[in-house]
Amino acid sequence: MRAAVIVFPGSNCDRDMAVAFREVTGAETTMVWHGESGLPDNIDIVGIPGGFSFGDYLRCGAIAANSPICRAVVDYAKAGGAVLGVCNGFQVLTETGLLPGALMRNANLKFICKPVGLTVETADSIFTSGYEKGQRIEIPVAHHDGNYRATGDLLAQLEAEDRIAFRYAEDINGADDRIAGVLSANRRVLGLMPHPERAVDALHGGTDGTAMFKALAESLVSA
Amino acid sequence: MKARVMVMLRNGVLDPQGEAVRTALGNLGFEGVGGVRQGKVIELDLSETDPESARHSVTAMCEKLLANTVIESYQIEIL
Repeated sequence: MRAAVIVFPGSNCDRDMAVAFREVTGAETTMVWHGESGLPDNIDIVGIPGGFSFGDYLRCGAIAANSPICRAVVDYAKAGGAVLGVCNGFQVLTETGLLPGALMRNANLKFICKPVGLTVETADSIFTSGYEKGQRIEIPVAHHDGNYRATGDLLAQLEAEDRIAFRYAEDINGADDRIAGVLSANRRVLGLMPHPERAVDALHGGTDGTAMFKALAESLVSA
Repeated sequence: MKARVMVMLRNGVLDPQGEAVRTALGNLGFEGVGGVRQGKVIELDLSETDPESARHSVTAMCEKLLANTVIESYQIEIL
């Protein structure tokens, strides 16, 4: 398996994501700077890490979403490529339009940084096949803008298409229907606010993120 | 030529920051503030001299970057 992790100015979870790919999946992992116009050849997945890309200026993820590398990521995803966006990476994915909805300031206006309970809402994806539907897991969150908005008919559509990947066990940020992560229509792009890469080693205080990376390793076989 | 873009959350989208400002105003003793919506103003210096072309290109900028039309609406003033 080969992975690429995108690095923007202000990314701060890029190394954690690369460690998770390397240690858990054994993937050969390349860091790719935002100014690059293309992704490495023969990759199986792109990771868009957490952080504060471009200082969260304008809107979280908005400037990163329009960087040269993101045009390549959009093309890659549209051709069926797998993309994992965590936290700021989720915000970037909504800003590119690869995932629907938008992420707003937390309803209580606080930066929330703590382990939270999540419910796995679908096991039907390359990211979640290592979990049971309905399984309760614990993964850390660290965000100020995780209040997911699914306007209009979007909520019903996500529900009908089984594209809600994770829900918070309890409301933490005001997100519609407690949504913590959503899948693209082809189920190959996942965006989520919680940080699975921060829960892959006993020293992290929990290992509930490991199953996601193991599932990816099983699903994505290098060409 | 200058353009001014006003970006606001769409009606119906809860604005937690506006709500916090409204509460703070109430705490300061300002009565009768029924609601506060907070947005942003972006001023652009353009080399364009034709107002219609300017509006056209600023609209494209809004759609592509300046506003997230999922949750925000925008108004353009050509100055």
